[in-house]
Amino acid sequence: MKSIRNHLSLVIALLSILFSIQVFMIVERSIDAYKENLASNYSVVVVSQKKLSDKSFFALNDLIESVSELTPDSVIKKLNSNMEAKNVELLKLALPKFYKLKLKYYPNPQEIKQLKKDLLKQKGITKVEDFSNNHDTTYKLLVLFKNVIFVFSLTVLIVTILLIFKELRIWQFKHNERMSIMGLFGAPIWLRSAVLFRLSIVDALIASVLAFILFSYIASNAWIAKELENIGISIVMFDPLNDFLLLLGVAMSLSILLASLIVLGHKEEV
Amino acid sequence: MDKVIVAKDLSLSYSNSETIINKVNFSVNSGSFVFITGASGSGKSTLLKSLFGGLKPKQGSLVVGGVELSNVSSSKLNFLRRHIGIVFQDYKLVKEWSIEKNIMLPLIINGYEKGVTQAQVDKLLKHVRLNHQAGKYPLELSGGEQQRVAMARALAHNPILILADEPTGNLDDYSSQLIWNLLEGANSQLKTTVIVVTHHIPRNMSVDYKHFHIEYGSIHEVN
Repeated sequence: MKSIRNHLSLVIALLSILFSIQVFMIVERSIDAYKENLASNYSVVVVSQKKLSDKSFFALNDLIESVSELTPDSVIKKLNSNMEAKNVELLKLALPKFYKLKLKYYPNPQEIKQLKKDLLKQKGITKVEDFSNNHDTTYKLLVLFKNVIFVFSLTVLIVTILLIFKELRIWQFKHNERMSIMGLFGAPIWLRSAVLFRLSIVDALIASVLAFILFSYIASNAWIAKELENIGISIVMFDPLNDFLLLLGVAMSLSILLASLIVLGHKEEV
Repeated sequence: MDKVIVAKDLSLSYSNSETIINKVNFSVNSGSFVFITGASGSGKSTLLKSLFGGLKPKQGSLVVGGVELSNVSSSKLNFLRRHIGIVFQDYKLVKEWSIEKNIMLPLIINGYEKGVTQAQVDKLLKHVRLNHQAGKYPLELSGGEQQRVAMARALAHNPILILADEPTGNLDDYSSQLIWNLLEGANSQLKTTVIVVTHHIPRNMSVDYKHFHIEYGSIHEVN
């Protein structure tokens, strides 16, 4: 019981740090996936007085992924009921060319502005419709959501670090006496602090394994998967290898830092 | 005869407070038994503390086991301490360790093999009459029993020097006698140098001893 209590306080503090890190990563991935979705549904329409090749578009801005020409047939169809075929052909020739541009990713408002500027530089292009009002609102919402999560994670991180520092003082008090006694018999610093480092490494391992179990459960939860599917997001919530290694690395670094601070702050009491 | 301790013009004080030991000169031969007496607050525990490097000399020179303590590196100090056994009035046992592990501590630090360590601990537990309590923790023992554990720990690694600060201060007669027997035994059989800070020198000492008395910051030998 005493042994569990010894581990619990640091394990909980570490676990909350790992939790906030992983939640932040999930939100990042969700936003990236959502941006990909938005990018696939988003396009810019360009009106040009002359025919332009795909290459000339690609040369204008790197953001452009593909170009497709829009046929004016649907517009003409609405008008052609009272028109002669010859006039329809003349109208077709007189009409400007319409192009739909697909982008590589969902750009930010500045990139959209730059794209519009670059396109309008091209001779023949008279109008660029970037649907910027819709785009800006969606993008701002995304950024807001990301920032809220960032602030939340940062708050959790700060509170937990404060908790860890409180734990550090308790550990310092608890281990100082033993380390001093060992010092009286000539134990080198590595031997005096060995117990401390062993404890912190074990705690980091426990916290990482608990985080692994928790996020493996969340990632396999049907309700969460369905909710994400409903908003068209398909992401890897928890990569059992890479994410676990990252969380383990963070937990190990933090707890070893904690133990090192105790060792550095150790004062011999005789 | 080799000198295990040599103090020349040694002054001791805690940080900026007044000098407790003032320019004293003394030496201790290897294998001798020494008592240091003095009134409360005279500086006898301070002097003992300086002998294991717990307090740096303010002035002068203090050489213990060939190591100059006025300017000693931590690795050299650790080396010296590995050859000293210390007994405190407040025992200084590691509370979260069993008494067996407490006695093992100097053996572990000195890198003894597990088999040797266990045999030595078993032998010492018998000597201090605690072989039936090996798995207990310090707080489960009486003061006298804890001091016997501390004594066993101080003897475990066959040190060249034992420093004892009022080792029988609060003990019953049985434990006190056991402690004195062990200190005398270490001195007579193993030729260990023993330095004991105490208020009272026991009457029935079976070994020859030297007696230093501390008064007003100076030390003198009592014949």
